[in-house]
Amino acid sequence: MSFENEEKAKGYWDENLKLVLKLLAIWAFVSFGCGVLFVDILNEFSFMGFKLGFWFAQQGSIYVFLLLIFVYVKKSNALDQKYGVDE
Amino acid sequence: MDVQTLTYIVVGVTFALYIGIAIKSRAGSTKEFYVAGGGVPPVLNGMATAADWMSAASFISLAGIVSFVGYDGSVYIMGWTGGYVLLALLMVPYLRKFGKFTVPDFIGDRYYSQSARTVAVICAIFISFTYIAGQMRGVGVVFSRFLEVDVDTGVYIGMCVVFFYAVLGGMKGITYTQVAQYCVMIFAFMVPAVFLSIMMTGHIFPQLGFGAELLDATGNSSGIYLLDKLDGLSTELGFSQYTQGSKDMIDVLFITGALMFGTAGLPHVIVRFFTVPKVKDARSSAGWTLLFIAIMYTTIPALASFSRVNMIQSINGPESQGVPHAEAPIWIENWEKTGLIKWDDKNNDGKMFYSNTETNEMNVDRDIIVLATPEMANLPAWVIALMAAGGLAAALSTSAGLLLVISTSVSHDLLKKNLMPNISDKKELMYARLASAAGIIMAGYFGINPPGFVAAVVAIAFGLAASSLFPAITMGIFSRKMNKEGAIAGMLAGLLFTTVYIVYFKFINPSANVSDNWLFGISPEGIGMLGMVVNFAVAILVCKMTAPTPQAVVDMVESIRFPKGAGEAQDH
Repeated sequence: MSFENEEKAKGYWDENLKLVLKLLAIWAFVSFGCGVLFVDILNEFSFMGFKLGFWFAQQGSIYVFLLLIFVYVKKSNALDQKYGVDE
Repeated sequence: MDVQTLTYIVVGVTFALYIGIAIKSRAGSTKEFYVAGGGVPPVLNGMATAADWMSAASFISLAGIVSFVGYDGSVYIMGWTGGYVLLALLMVPYLRKFGKFTVPDFIGDRYYSQSARTVAVICAIFISFTYIAGQMRGVGVVFSRFLEVDVDTGVYIGMCVVFFYAVLGGMKGITYTQVAQYCVMIFAFMVPAVFLSIMMTGHIFPQLGFGAELLDATGNSSGIYLLDKLDGLSTELGFSQYTQGSKDMIDVLFITGALMFGTAGLPHVIVRFFTVPKVKDARSSAGWTLLFIAIMYTTIPALASFSRVNMIQSINGPESQGVPHAEAPIWIENWEKTGLIKWDDKNNDGKMFYSNTETNEMNVDRDIIVLATPEMANLPAWVIALMAAGGLAAALSTSAGLLLVISTSVSHDLLKKNLMPNISDKKELMYARLASAAGIIMAGYFGINPPGFVAAVVAIAFGLAASSLFPAITMGIFSRKMNKEGAIAGMLAGLLFTTVYIVYFKFINPSANVSDNWLFGISPEGIGMLGMVVNFAVAILVCKMTAPTPQAVVDMVESIRFPKGAGEAQDH
């Protein structure tokens, strides 16, 4: 056990889960949501010459995916440091 | 210099480069062979993984598919990128901390069971084999179009090159070779895309260009958005609207999901993240991988719509009256020679016409879309030569990565961990090399005698990965309680459900493969996502009824959840 006590270990894991769930909710929202389920509604809006739903399906979702991973990298590294379990 | 000579020079130079790199960084130990000694910097690892991931199919076929099906093609665009979010958030940091070589290693240890390991090995080998069969064919096609040699000869040349550097170099050689291959393929892909974008919309970035207004013949803005033009042309010619597609929403949803979860369960992708020094690096490496993939995957839809407009206008002319065949652009003539574009003058007016109704006179193979872009954009011969080198780089890098998984599965998971536990490091390395040699011969065989069911088999590969390996791995990390009975039952249930569904519709009763007969309207391509749900449900149910997980395993799960003390990837 690298944590000082059980409580710290639980705290770390809870915070980590919360972070992951938050990011995955965004992941599902832009891909399954904006790209598929709400695509017809979003297509009513125009965005840089694209129909917005179509843009999410073929461009926007990828940019959001990238952003999500780099946010996760930054936040989880900070979390490791906070609990002293970084390498 | 003519295209032929230039192509030989460009392809020859890139091949020499790959082999040179492999010789410089060849593997001396099993650890260097399997995970490159665990010392690859995350950015380079990301680049190599991107090259590994983007196959001949991504490079040659994907833009063509999107070009022909429009919005429906989004399933591949989102599906083959979104999986990296799952990999980064749910899998790679923990598997890197676990610190062994392979996916079956994790499943076997986490579920304290040789049978679980065996199920995982079989999945890994099967998935890799189905993939590699398609790659060698890609090598053959590129050779035959650009070097005008036989497809078979092309496959033999490809086999020799891959054999040389995968067998010799192992993961270490492959990783550095793939970095070079990534650079070659992305450059080859971007040059024609950027020029087409400038030519048609005046934008340097294709990603912006395909939303912009089309330029008219004098180079001024025409006031018509490219995608609106494309929607108009599509409906006018009897196709479904480009930005709408024709698939049912539920099917689009499930195919996208199956490809995402499948990506996150593919052994040859997961194993790449064992090669970096630290847990931190595994996380960022997944981000770099997606960045390098995104450069190509955001360009693909742009290229798809540029070439769609270009193709329709080259054939039907600006007034949609048809262009006389005698005045056809040179690329149509070139590809007619290969038989991949066919013209049948049904109404004998000497003009070509393309539509989705009985007036159609053209048969255009969608695989030519990417390879024809340099000619569509009137680019010089060296760009065509580069395209050939890019296609080959894509096929070779993916084959090499897959071969490594096959050889590792055989020598490490099957022999060392199952049949011959006392084998020495040197012997194991020899068997690894023998297994990759056997893998190449099999791949070459399928390249020369391609089975007609490659596409169906790829659907199975993703379905299996999503319905078997992905749930087993994530539950192994995120649930302390999941036991071996639950995991094995889950994997088998997911596997069985998915395989039976796909085999029924693809092989036993293909005529029934229409949406009316599908379960909830989900096609065989998307069923893997439902298989995954089945896996989770069965696993949780069985776990509740059987003995709890031993304490030692619970401690192991606790210890992989934080990065400290990861050390190097190790054997035992």
